[in-house]
Amino acid sequence: MSIKGRVHSIESFGSADGPGVRFMVFLHGCPLRCQFCHNPDTWGSKKYEEMSADQILRQALRYKNYWGTNGGITISGGEPLLQIDFLLELFKKAKAQGVNTCIDTSGGCFTREGEWFKKFEELMNYTDLLLVDIKEINDERHRVLTTKSNENILDMARYLSDINKPVWIRHVLVPERSDYDEDLDQLNEFIKTLNNVEKVEVLPYHTLGVFKWEELGIDYQLEGIQPPTAERVENAHKRLHVEDYK
Amino acid sequence: MSAERFEKEWNGFFGNAWKDEINVRDFIQKNYTEYTGDESFLEGPTEATKKLWGRLQELQKQERAKGGVLDMETEIVSGLTAYGPGYIDESMKDLEQVVGLQTDKPLKRAFMPYGGIRMAEQACTTYGYQPSEKLHEIFTKYHKTHNQAVFDVYTPEIKKARHSHVITGLPDTYGRGRIVGDYRRVALYGIDFLIEKKKQDHLNCGDGEMTEDVVRLREEIAEQIKALQGMKEMAAVYGFDISRPASNAKEAVQWLYFGYLAAIKTQNGAAMSVGRVSTFLDIYIQRDLMEGLITEQQAQELIDHLVMKFRMVKFARIPSYNELFSGDPVWATLEVGGMSNDGRSLVTKTCYRFLHTLENMGPSPEPNLTVLYTVNLPTKFRAYASKVSIETSSIQYENDEVMRPFWGDDYSICCCVSATETGKEMQFFGARANLAKCLTYAINGGVDEKTFEQVGPKYRPITSEYLDYDEVMEKFDDMMEWLAGLYVNTLNLIQYMHDKYYYEAAEMALIDTDLRRTFATGIAGFSHVVDSLSAIKYAKVKTVRNEEGYVVDYETEGEFPRYGNDDDRADDIAVWLLKEFMTKIKKHHTYRDSEPTTSILTITSNVVYGKATGALPDGRKAGEPLSPGANPAYGAEQNGLLASLNSVAKIPYAYALDGISNTQTINPSALGNEPEERKYNLVSVLDGYFKQGAHHLNVNVFGTEKLIDAMNHPEKEEYANFTIRVSGYAVKFIDLTKEQQLDVISRTCHKHL
Repeated sequence: MSIKGRVHSIESFGSADGPGVRFMVFLHGCPLRCQFCHNPDTWGSKKYEEMSADQILRQALRYKNYWGTNGGITISGGEPLLQIDFLLELFKKAKAQGVNTCIDTSGGCFTREGEWFKKFEELMNYTDLLLVDIKEINDERHRVLTTKSNENILDMARYLSDINKPVWIRHVLVPERSDYDEDLDQLNEFIKTLNNVEKVEVLPYHTLGVFKWEELGIDYQLEGIQPPTAERVENAHKRLHVEDYK
Repeated sequence: MSAERFEKEWNGFFGNAWKDEINVRDFIQKNYTEYTGDESFLEGPTEATKKLWGRLQELQKQERAKGGVLDMETEIVSGLTAYGPGYIDESMKDLEQVVGLQTDKPLKRAFMPYGGIRMAEQACTTYGYQPSEKLHEIFTKYHKTHNQAVFDVYTPEIKKARHSHVITGLPDTYGRGRIVGDYRRVALYGIDFLIEKKKQDHLNCGDGEMTEDVVRLREEIAEQIKALQGMKEMAAVYGFDISRPASNAKEAVQWLYFGYLAAIKTQNGAAMSVGRVSTFLDIYIQRDLMEGLITEQQAQELIDHLVMKFRMVKFARIPSYNELFSGDPVWATLEVGGMSNDGRSLVTKTCYRFLHTLENMGPSPEPNLTVLYTVNLPTKFRAYASKVSIETSSIQYENDEVMRPFWGDDYSICCCVSATETGKEMQFFGARANLAKCLTYAINGGVDEKTFEQVGPKYRPITSEYLDYDEVMEKFDDMMEWLAGLYVNTLNLIQYMHDKYYYEAAEMALIDTDLRRTFATGIAGFSHVVDSLSAIKYAKVKTVRNEEGYVVDYETEGEFPRYGNDDDRADDIAVWLLKEFMTKIKKHHTYRDSEPTTSILTITSNVVYGKATGALPDGRKAGEPLSPGANPAYGAEQNGLLASLNSVAKIPYAYALDGISNTQTINPSALGNEPEERKYNLVSVLDGYFKQGAHHLNVNVFGTEKLIDAMNHPEKEEYANFTIRVSGYAVKFIDLTKEQQLDVISRTCHKHL
């Protein structure tokens, strides 16, 4: 049995999503509709390529010379956990080759129920690190920002803490959406309850993906919102105690 | 000769072989101290350094305000003793730890007529100077120049090929350069010892038959001896006696610089490289530090001041030269790092000190700082080089692992990227053959696609509407055969005349008499030929003809693999192209039995070469810049930086021993979110690339926005020294022509969304 992955795109040189130099696979499809999304072209029924785990791995391994001691593969998206069967197959094969594996996820489809959870539990055996996006700790604001509740996302973070799986917590800082002192403090309190956090990253909102919205003909809802100021980024760093996790 | 002779100067140095014969490598191997620590020992600039560098920056500003030339000589022919002493600033001359200028004033350009009187004069008039009538008379009536001699013997066929630029950038209007004297010899042995050795060579040369070779060599050695004597006089002008070896670090730096100064006073070659000097100088610095004679601060000051001198080297150039080699480069290439044959790295504290000059005095295109890289270099050194790269974009990297087997562990880089055995080799530099034009000649039966003149042989052209791969390949093969032959012959003739009329006596005096000679050819248009052949093979290429029936454009239908995506279908064509061209070059006799090599590098001349090249089947339009060096074509790279690097890494260095240049620009954010991450990620990129046998990488770290802003606001203070790496060297971005700036901006900037 070979499950095909729906691959949005591949990048040979990733260095911002996980440790070291990484081969990036962006999978298609996402349950969230984040207002600041810089890859909205992974959402809909737009084009993607079907690839097998072997195909991807073969391509990735062409770059293993660049990975050094800490690099490897990062699966991002879209939401990679939507294609959990494929992910499982890919990571099993990657681990068999000694490749460092990382998932960049918002946890939007996490649930502790049924078949899916069993697969997730198994997937964790082959996953070295998860980059967990917590877009907003305030559920109301989270709904505005992403159209979904953050309940299961926070639950995933708790679960990963329970099984002691290393994570980097990431927060995209969007003025007027996810840059409130009280929320940042609350997020900090939440992170402090977790025991598996290796790193906390503040990702300042940028407008590099806006052209994609225009191309897709979707209204951009953050029109007029500028990237956060250096002061606000610094503020978030302090409130989330980014320095403490290094 | 005995060791006792220089008891004082050589005190504390180990080894014997180097004392009896000239053998700087042996001296280094027996005496250097490898350094594996980090950069924390380094010192900032001294007050003297700040003052002198401040003054020099003022002068550079004046130079730019005056249109690129501060001052020019018109009456005196440059030579070892043409001038009295000169200083950066007369009132601060006591601050200069290293002295010596090309002329009597800083940044003043010398008059150098031996390469060609017309060019020397044109350089003057271009910048509003009136050349001397007397010198005109002398160099037209009484003394022949290299340029004149070459044109005396050119054939009509060569002239046509030269005019159409299918052979291009030839060193017939400028010095061939690329000869690196072993300037370390001046410091280690002193001039008298070197003269004695050359006199012995002179005695031993010609005991047998007086053939033409022997007569020529005897004359050359005599010229070298005169040059050595001239060097002593030149140093005496500044109050130094360099007949004896240097006795301390300060003298070693000064002596070595005098050797280099002799070269740049007598030659204006396109590349006037310094060579591999850091570990050699480190031995002297280490000795003085151990004896408590100097402090780290003084050691750094010596290196800062030496580098300041390398930042001041200038030549008078003509506009057509500046178009080829933009930004006033001199390729004062200087290497750090590399490995010894015995497995130790050659990294010393002075390798750090040279890189540190970029922090103490800011980024700079010269000297052309080159790290001889391998994953086996100490980790901390790789990390430091990476850090300085990210901050200054002023460093290039070359793979020591692929060069060492061919050139040993004491080679230098003699131009942008080409290796040469220090003190044991000279190179005949020979510019490039434009293989992109050669492909259009194959299609049009030797008729030039721009001028429609019959330049190449009148082979049968392709007459079909759609190009057939097998037919094109057969004709391309024939046309390449013709071009390789004509190219080698043109170079044979140029090198002969350069030896005869513009012999590099000062540099050759610091190289063994019995030496290795390489014959460096080059390829332009590489990636476009690869992509064009791939288009013909994998897509459908329709010809567009003018009224006379010549193909002037192409319409390509369908997808085809392009070089630069780690796709073997295209990359295999690249490997084939190089091997095929080199095989054809090798069939021919090369001047003075030199070893033919080739390169895939084009400097900034890719813009000029592109202008002279018509449309190509890969979709490149007529007149557009060629992609530089071995870089994939613009826009061809669709799979990110590493896929592009993997493609270039497949090109076998053994077939391009003159170098394979690759320039990449990386957005800082694409290297990582934080400075520490960026530093180590760049190390990972370099490690991965070079592990696969790649030869060279220029690393630029900045965003396109910065380039655009610098182009629009060159007056901003922050851009005065904004340095970028281009194919094989570095330039101040604001010194490029607008066309070249646009070209740099349009190239893929690797960033990650």
